Amino acid sequence: MNIIACVKQVPDTETQIRIAPDGKSIVTEGIKWVVNPYDEFGIEEALKTKEKFGGQVTVIGVGPKRVTEALRTALAMGADKAIFINDEGEGEKDSLTVARALAAVIKDMDYDIIFTGQRGIDDDMAMINVALAEFLGIPHVTLAIKLEWADDQKSVKVHRPVEGATMVVEAPLPAVITCQKGLNEPRYASLPGIMKAKKKPMDTKTLADLGIEVTNKLQVIQLSPPPERKAGKIIEGETPEQKAAELARLLHEEAKVI
Amino acid sequence: MAQGVWAIAEQRDGEFRKITYEVVSEGRRLADTLGQQLTAVVLGSGMKDKASELAQYGADKIIVADDPNLATYTADAYVSVLAQLVEAETPEIIILGASTQGKDLAPRLAARLNVAMAQDCTAFDIEDGKLVATRPIFTGKAYAKVTFEDSTPNIVTARPNVMPINQPDSGRSAEVVDAQFSIDEAQLKTKVVEVIKDESGRIDLTEADKIVSGGRGMKNAENFKILEELADVIGAAVGASRAAVDAGWRPQTDQVGQTGKIVSPNLYIACGISGAIQHLAGMGTSKIIVAINKDPEAPIFQKADYGVVDDLFKIVPALTEEVKKYVEK
Repeated sequence: MNIIACVKQVPDTETQIRIAPDGKSIVTEGIKWVVNPYDEFGIEEALKTKEKFGGQVTVIGVGPKRVTEALRTALAMGADKAIFINDEGEGEKDSLTVARALAAVIKDMDYDIIFTGQRGIDDDMAMINVALAEFLGIPHVTLAIKLEWADDQKSVKVHRPVEGATMVVEAPLPAVITCQKGLNEPRYASLPGIMKAKKKPMDTKTLADLGIEVTNKLQVIQLSPPPERKAGKIIEGETPEQKAAELARLLHEEAKVI
Repeated sequence: MAQGVWAIAEQRDGEFRKITYEVVSEGRRLADTLGQQLTAVVLGSGMKDKASELAQYGADKIIVADDPNLATYTADAYVSVLAQLVEAETPEIIILGASTQGKDLAPRLAARLNVAMAQDCTAFDIEDGKLVATRPIFTGKAYAKVTFEDSTPNIVTARPNVMPINQPDSGRSAEVVDAQFSIDEAQLKTKVVEVIKDESGRIDLTEADKIVSGGRGMKNAENFKILEELADVIGAAVGASRAAVDAGWRPQTDQVGQTGKIVSPNLYIACGISGAIQHLAGMGTSKIIVAINKDPEAPIFQKADYGVVDDLFKIVPALTEEVKKYVEK
C-alpha cells in the first residue's frame, strides 16, 4: 500500500506569539519549529497502516528550507521517503495555494490513502487537507479518532466525533483522512531512527517546478494581540463557604451568568 | 455581479442546530450594513415547513434543497448542491457555522468554487463595502483581520457561541423557494453508515453556554464527580485540561486547548487548572472566566474575571450548594 502523510511545520505550542513591525506577520526569530501536533497523528497512522498491510510511507511538506527538519523528524519516526516542496522566499501562501502545490506532486504518484492533521495549529484554518482532496478529486473525512479497514483494503470506515455524536463514515480509497488526538499515540523518533533518517531519500521540488503560482486570495491585513482581559477580582472570605457564597452572588448579580 | 448574503442552516435529524440561528442573525446584520438581502439556505429532507421559521431571525428569502441524500450531512452531497446554487444565484457572502459540519463543508466548497475562505471567525465587519473577517490564529494567541481580494463569494465560518441570536420576530415572513439542483448519486462516494449518539446527555463543549473544567489539581478521575454535580446544577458541560486527559481521567473529546477543543462559553469555571498557554489559548474567548486554584501564582488568575485562591475540594461543593439558591428561583 502506498501511504502519504502531509507534514506542516509550526511554532511549538509553548511559543508566545509576537507581532512583527509590519503588523501583518509574526516575529519568527527565536521560534522553536516543530511538526504540527495533529500531523503527528497522521504520520503515526500512516506508519501503523504500513505495519498492518505493508507498503511504503511518503511524507510531503511545503515551506522554506527549515521544513526539511520536520520531514526528517517524520523519516526518523519511520517514514520511507520525503518530498520537500521548497518555497523559500515566496512569502506567505494561502491554503488554496499550498493545497494546489501538494496536489501537483501527489496527482502523479501511485497512492492509496493520504493522512493529514485535522488542522495546523498556526493558522487554524483546517483547509489545506480538505482542499487537497478536492483538487485530487477524491473524498475526504475529517476528525478521525478510529479507522476500520475493509478486508479488501479498498475502503475505510472512519469514526469522527461531532457535537453530541460520533459519525461513522465509509470512504472508498484513495481518500484524505484528517487525524486528531484519540486516533493513536504518535511514536517518538528513536536514536537509530534519527541516524537512518539521514540516509533516507528526500526529493526537492520548487513551486516553479510544479507550475504553481502564488495567488493569495485570502489576504491578512492586520494582526493584533488577543483582546486584553481586564484584571479580575480575587474573592475574599474567611472560610471556603463564605468565598463560595460571594462567588455565587457575583456570578448571579454582577456577571449575570447564573 | 455578486449580490446578497447567504446563511447556511445546519440541521441534524430534522432539527436546526443552535448555530443556525447564530449565522442567520449575523447574516441579517451584514445584509443590513450592505443594504442587501439575506437568504437562508436549508439542506435536508422534509425540512420545508421547518425552514420558514428562519424568517423570524431575519431571513428575507429561504432556499430549501430537499432530497433524501441531504438528510444527513456528507461533504459530497452538500458541496455539490451548494456549488450549483451558488453558481445560479451568485451571492457575495456565505456564512456557515464553524461547527464540525461547517468546518468540513466550507473549505471544500471554497476549493470547488476556487475562492478564499476564512474559518472560525469571531467578528465580521464591512469596510469600504468589503467584508473584513476577524479570526483567532495560533489558537487565540493572536487575531488576524483578513480580506478576500476580489474572489466571490466570500466564504466564512462563524465560531459557535460568539454571534448573538436575534429575538425572533413572529411578524416577519420570507419567501420560501424550492432549490433547483441535481444530485449524481455516483458522485456520492462517502456514506454515513452509523451515527452513535452520545448518551451522556451533556451538551458538546463547543456549543455549551457554561463549562466547568478540571485540571491536574483534580488529582484523579473520581474527583471529577464534584465538577459534574456543579455542572448539573448550572446546566454546564464538563471540560478538562490536557494534563487531566493525558492522565486518563477524562476522554480526549473533553480536552480544551490548543490541541483540543476551542470553546467560547458565557461562563468558564477552571478548577485546579494552572493555565498553561495552550489551555488559555483554547478558552480565551469565554465571556466570564472563574478560576479556583490553591496556588495564588497560577497564570489562570491573570485571565480570570473572578478568582478564588483556595482548595477546590472545599470551594466547588460549597459553590454547588450556593448556586442552587439562584438556579432554583
